Amino acid sequence: MENNLLSIIIFAPLAGAAINWLVGRRVRDERFIGTIACGSIAISAIVAFYLAFNSHGALRTEEPLLDHIWTWLRVGRFHADFALAMDRLSGTYALFVTFVGFLIHVFAVGYMRGEAGFYRFFAYLNLFMFAMLTLVLADNFVLMFVGWEGVGLCSYLLIGYYFDRKEAGDAAKKAFITNRIGDWGFVLGIMLTFFLTGSVSFFANPAAGEVAQTALSYFKSQPVEAFTWGAIFAGGATSVAMLLFIGAAGKSAQIPLYVWLPDAMAGPTPVSALIHAATMVTAGVYMIVRCSEIFVHAPTAMFIVAIIGAATALFAATIGIAQNDIKKVLAYSTISQLGYMFLACGVGAFIAAIFHVITHAFFKALLFLGSGSVIHGMHHEQDMRRMGGLRKYMPITFATMVTGWLAISGVPIFAGFFSKDEILWKTWSAAGLGSFSKVLWVIGAITALLTAIYMTRLMVMTFWGEERFDTAHSKPHESPWIMTAPLVVLAVLSTVGGFIGVPYALANRDVNVIEHTLEPVVAKIPTAEATDEHGSEVSEERLLAGVSVAIALLGIGAGWVLFQRRPLLQMPRVLENKYYVDEIYDTTLIHPIETVSREGFWKIIDVGVIDGGLHAIGDAVTELGRLARHLQAGFVRGYAAIILLGALILIGLFAYLGFPH
Amino acid sequence: MEPQLSWYLALSAVLFTIGVTGVIIKRNVIAMFMCIELMLNAVNLTFVAFASFFQDVTGQLFVFIVMTVAAAEAAVGLGIIIAIFRNRETLDVDEASILKL
Repeated sequence: MENNLLSIIIFAPLAGAAINWLVGRRVRDERFIGTIACGSIAISAIVAFYLAFNSHGALRTEEPLLDHIWTWLRVGRFHADFALAMDRLSGTYALFVTFVGFLIHVFAVGYMRGEAGFYRFFAYLNLFMFAMLTLVLADNFVLMFVGWEGVGLCSYLLIGYYFDRKEAGDAAKKAFITNRIGDWGFVLGIMLTFFLTGSVSFFANPAAGEVAQTALSYFKSQPVEAFTWGAIFAGGATSVAMLLFIGAAGKSAQIPLYVWLPDAMAGPTPVSALIHAATMVTAGVYMIVRCSEIFVHAPTAMFIVAIIGAATALFAATIGIAQNDIKKVLAYSTISQLGYMFLACGVGAFIAAIFHVITHAFFKALLFLGSGSVIHGMHHEQDMRRMGGLRKYMPITFATMVTGWLAISGVPIFAGFFSKDEILWKTWSAAGLGSFSKVLWVIGAITALLTAIYMTRLMVMTFWGEERFDTAHSKPHESPWIMTAPLVVLAVLSTVGGFIGVPYALANRDVNVIEHTLEPVVAKIPTAEATDEHGSEVSEERLLAGVSVAIALLGIGAGWVLFQRRPLLQMPRVLENKYYVDEIYDTTLIHPIETVSREGFWKIIDVGVIDGGLHAIGDAVTELGRLARHLQAGFVRGYAAIILLGALILIGLFAYLGFPH
Repeated sequence: MEPQLSWYLALSAVLFTIGVTGVIIKRNVIAMFMCIELMLNAVNLTFVAFASFFQDVTGQLFVFIVMTVAAAEAAVGLGIIIAIFRNRETLDVDEASILKL
């Protein structure tokens, strides 16, 4: 079904970015710039909600809304158009991206007050929203890749927003280059998909003259590939899935490509909330769920996704427990939660992954914005060792962050509980993994425990205990309403947002909205028969939910006992230094590459071969000229003789070879 | 006896050779210039001979082009010769050899 309103969702932020870049830089009026930035996102959000929920809305019908904007690439069988599609999955994504994005824009207007680059910041932020919505709403792989690169570019620009600080510039480059590795996999995955299926589209669009077979529907008719290591290199669905997963791992900060995300905290805090917590880093999860049809035909790839996800979740949680920078804790927490989402994808619980993406967007955006409010109130202090007792200075920030804390720890009725419990349950009951699913569940459960502990540590170090800062010249203060209002909205969503996905076992009624919404657009593992919720299984699920609650409360209790009296407790050095992964990468990868580049590529290939070759050609021509100039003696009769000689040679040649016909 | 094509070609070849020889051995620039004209007209003779032989007007058209170019060349060339003479008081081409590297 064509609907041209779709393009407004992506072009409103683009227009906002253009206005702020061209007009805002001259006007320099923060009220004008802020209104343009927030207004353009508000338009996007309103249109997205209208298109999703009106009577023929994307979330109500099975048919996707399509908008063919212009014909972009058509070469032989290959065609990729600038066309948008909103189905139940991309619609769900567009809703929370625009809504959370709007709240973060509003917060940023308060947070960035008085910055010299105010217009630049909001131009980039709007441009990011354009790229993110293009990524989500793209109806083919190639346009999705355009959005994918666009968010990478905006991430780079915004991490490096404080470009006069060296660490911000370095972090921006690190994020960009690490993502390059993932993009390499994504591009190869797209190429292989086209090679296999002859299409890069997600949806058939008969109006635009497209064939019925799309990149995804091809795989539906294929048999499930064998569960072997060889399948990875066989060039079928498993190879495609692995290449796409490399791309997802880069964008969504999974082992071994996660190292850029903690450094990305050098950007302003609203950027961390919007890009590096709520939206961009979940693009990898979106891509995998979009391609779930490919993944369910590639059990080997699913297995690897599950293992990488679980490993990342545990690994990042252990690091997060020992960080002292409030944003670093949240960064590692984000990596850990992304690991959960990949674990869910890996065990085939794609809907649970999307559910966790949404609740995580609520509570992690809340926590990041809360930390931004704390940093703002503390006059740009980020080290939790110099905080403490802030509860009485910033009561609204404290109250909202408490909801975020309870949500991420998995305390019941808060949003995080339902999504995390869903992932753990699906992992436990995953078909086809045998007892290995129990191992993954244990890893997930330990991660949940650690999550509760480090979040409690963060709250205790920040809001409780003695004041460890100097109040002589400036006291901490509560942030203005423009910053606290988004916090309150997000706090409400973090509290009630989980009710869109209450499982049957807990409600005893069929009220799982998100499951019913996404079921038609997400592939199922073919071997896993649709299991009816039988009595034994329901009681097992209830038991595990009880275990989850116990883990959450245990973690909070342990965190409280450990850190309430001793907030400055020395954590293990190896955790504080992040397992020395950066140092290991430096010595094993970056230094060898630098050495080879400097000694080999620069000194030998560039200076020696390329420059040397060019200079040799130039020198040869000069020498030739030096010899040839002796022909010009200045005697006209000499020239005439040479002409005669040349004519004679030509005549002789024709006489000897014959005249060519 | 009807004039044969080969006669014209032979005459043309003789005229052309005289022209070439003149260009190479003469030192007087006016004489060289006339020899060049001789070469051009030798070629013209070939053109019209062939045009007549093949009953094709294209050869005659080329003669007009050559004559036009020769006229232009004469104008420019004589201008240069006068300029050289004013500067150097000589028409010997071997004296005018400073325009070299």
